[in-house]
This record gives sequence, structure tokens and C-alpha cells, in this order.
Amino acid sequence: MSKNWPLFEVFVRSKNGLEHRHCGSLHAADATMALQNARDVYTRRSEGVSIWVVESKNITASNPEHSEEFFEPAADKIYRHPTFYDLPDEVKHM
Amino acid sequence: MQDDKIKKLEERFEARIAADEKIEPRDWMPEKYRKTHIRQMSQHAHSEIVGMLPEGNWISRAPSLRRKVALLAKVQDEAGHGLYLYSACETLGISREELFEQLHTGKAKYSSIFNYPTLTWADMGAIGWLVDGAAIINQVPLCSTSYGPYARAMVRVCKEESFHQRQGFEIMMTLANGSPEQKEMAQDALNRWWWPSLMMLGPTDAESVHTAQSMKWKLKRKTNDELRQQFIDQTVPQADLLGLTIPDPELKWNEERGHYDFGPIDWDEFWQVVKGHGPCNKERLGARVKAWEEGQWVRDAAVAYAEKQSNERSLKREETVIQSKAS
Ligand SMILES: [Fe+2]
Ligand SMILES: [Fe+2]
Repeated sequence: MSKNWPLFEVFVRSKNGLEHRHCGSLHAADATMALQNARDVYTRRSEGVSIWVVESKNITASNPEHSEEFFEPAADKIYRHPTFYDLPDEVKHM
Repeated sequence: MQDDKIKKLEERFEARIAADEKIEPRDWMPEKYRKTHIRQMSQHAHSEIVGMLPEGNWISRAPSLRRKVALLAKVQDEAGHGLYLYSACETLGISREELFEQLHTGKAKYSSIFNYPTLTWADMGAIGWLVDGAAIINQVPLCSTSYGPYARAMVRVCKEESFHQRQGFEIMMTLANGSPEQKEMAQDALNRWWWPSLMMLGPTDAESVHTAQSMKWKLKRKTNDELRQQFIDQTVPQADLLGLTIPDPELKWNEERGHYDFGPIDWDEFWQVVKGHGPCNKERLGARVKAWEEGQWVRDAAVAYAEKQSNERSLKREETVIQSKAS
């Protein structure tokens, strides 16, 4: 008869100018309650000025078992970094 | 073939931990790592939750508003600690319902210390000072444990614990500097909480079965005996400052070791309490189960309300669609 409350992931912006950061999860009946619970659980000492909650089931995550083929292509593209380019020392401000 | 593959994965896994890399929820991990972490983290979470009961008992009887708001905030923090830890535990694929089930049926353990009664207000002082003090000693090394969600939860927990210990010490100080009766109350609380606090740091190394493996996984960074010694060494001068006497006639500074020597711990008592025969085991678990069961209608009502809100929202959306089609 009784239904379990779904799981929500909580993201907190600690102050304006910084991004929201994942800080944990909690159960709540709905998103409104999740926000209120997140305030009580994760910002009891003014740790945040803004909170996002999202139901955990709505997050699509990359699979760590496929990390190699997923992330490795970036590793050999060293020309994406400024140090790849040979410039004489006389060139300033670059 | 299969075994070979697992062995390779295990080797790589152990190497990652040795190199101080963190393990995250969806990473491959040995089944034993998962199980051990679920056990330790859930025991830890249960301890935070059950740990609210002996203190919650005194919120309505705090001697001043200052003490009352502090104790209330402390107990609320412990609820928060329980929640951080439950949610970290759930990342390993066990549900909150299963975790509660294990606690409520007595299958899961929680810290033995919470099975002692809180007889006077001074116990709030002794608990904050000694029990939270011992907890801090246990928890600080866990901030760098190998499992990411556990380590992150512990960082938050440790930040919050220091106020708990300070408010406890302040209570003890006020009583110790008060009337002779108040000082005696503080001494009595110290007498009753001292030995259980030492036991709280776990069985001696010789009897601790999980130590070697836990050390490797950084679930433990110091042995129980090392933690206990550290606790004693830092607490004795604090008791001196209070003008209270630690109830151990064998307690003595050992110049050679650079540590305090202390008397034998009654491990029979410890195991009795762990096995469910402490003074308050039944009462604590009973109170916890009662709170959970009596809160059922609130949780059901919240679900019903959430469903109603969501139905009304989709009804409104449909109306808007119909209206815009009509116009
Ligand atoms: Fe705590
Ligand atoms: Fe605490």
C-alpha cells in the first residue's frame, strides 16, 4: 500500500559566481519537498544560496567501464593545448 | 578464464587505492569491497540515527534556552549525518528500505554506546565531550578513505562535530564550576560514560577481525588501540582542567612511552551490550521502530499530496492545449 519516496540528487550553489555542485541525495515525496529537505539537510550553516534537485532516475551517466574509448580520444589531441605551438621567447603577451 | 579476468580487475583496483585514487559508485569494485562498505557505512548511519535518542530525551528539559537551542541543533545535525551516510550507502546499490529493515529487525548493528541511559542533565555534557570526542577521533581519518561518497560525507560530518564536542565540554565546565551538587553530577556522568567511551573505539587489535583488509582499503587508517590511546591522551588533560577525576586508578603518565597507561577494559560488558543485552538496547530499538511506524501515515499523506499536485498540473496542461486549439 505505502509507496516509497523517490530519490533526488541535490546540487548547491555556495555563493553567486560559483557553479552548483552535487552534494548528495535524499528521498522526498516530490520536488517541492525535496527542495525543503535539501535546505535542511545540506544548508544548515548557510552553505548555499541556491539549490537544484533532480530525480535521480532522470540522470544519464557515462559508464566508467567505457571510460577508455569515451575519453581517450582527447588524450592524443595535444594541438588543443597552447604549449603545442612553438613560438620564440621574444613574443610577449601570448 | 573468468577468474583470471577478475583477478586482473582486482589487482588494478587495489593499485588504484594504493595510489590514493578514489573509487566512485559506478566503478568496478570487488564484491567484498561493496559488502564491507555497505556494512560499515550503514552501521555508521544507524549510529547517528539511534544516537539522537539518548539526547532527544533531554531537549524538553534543558536548563536554559541557550542549552536547549544548542542541543536541538546538535541532535538535528546527527539526523543530517545519518542522512548523508544513508545516501552514500545507497550509491552502492542497497535501498533505504533495506537499510531500515536491517536496523529495525536488529540485523544491523549500531554503536554500543547508545545503549546506555542518560540519567541526568550532566550526561548531555559527558556525551558531547566524550562520545562526540571519541567519534571525532574515529571519523577524522575517514575523510581520506578510498570510497568517494563516504569520504565526502565524512568531511561534512567532521566539520559539524566540533561544535558538538565544545557544547558538551561547556556543559561540563559550567557544572564543574557550579555548586558541590552540580560538580558531583558532572563527576557522576564522567564515571558512567568514561569506560563505554573507551569501548566505543572498538575491540582491541588482537580481537579485531577486519583490521588488515580495512587498512588496505583506507576504511581504517589507525588501529582501534591507537585511536583509543589518542583519545585517552587528549582527554586526560581536559578532565584535569575541569577538576574532575577519571574513574581509572591505574591511569598514569608513562614517560617512556609518551602516553598514558590505563587500566583493563571490561570487554565482557562490551560484548554483552553488542549482543543486545545492554541497559537500553530494547528501549532504543523500540523507540526507533515506533517513530518509523507512527510516521507512516505522514509519509503516505505526502505521497498522496504529491500525486494530487502532479495530476492537477497535468490537467491544467491539457486544458491549456484544448484552449489554444480552440482559439
Ligand atoms: Fe554525528
Ligand atoms: Fe555529533
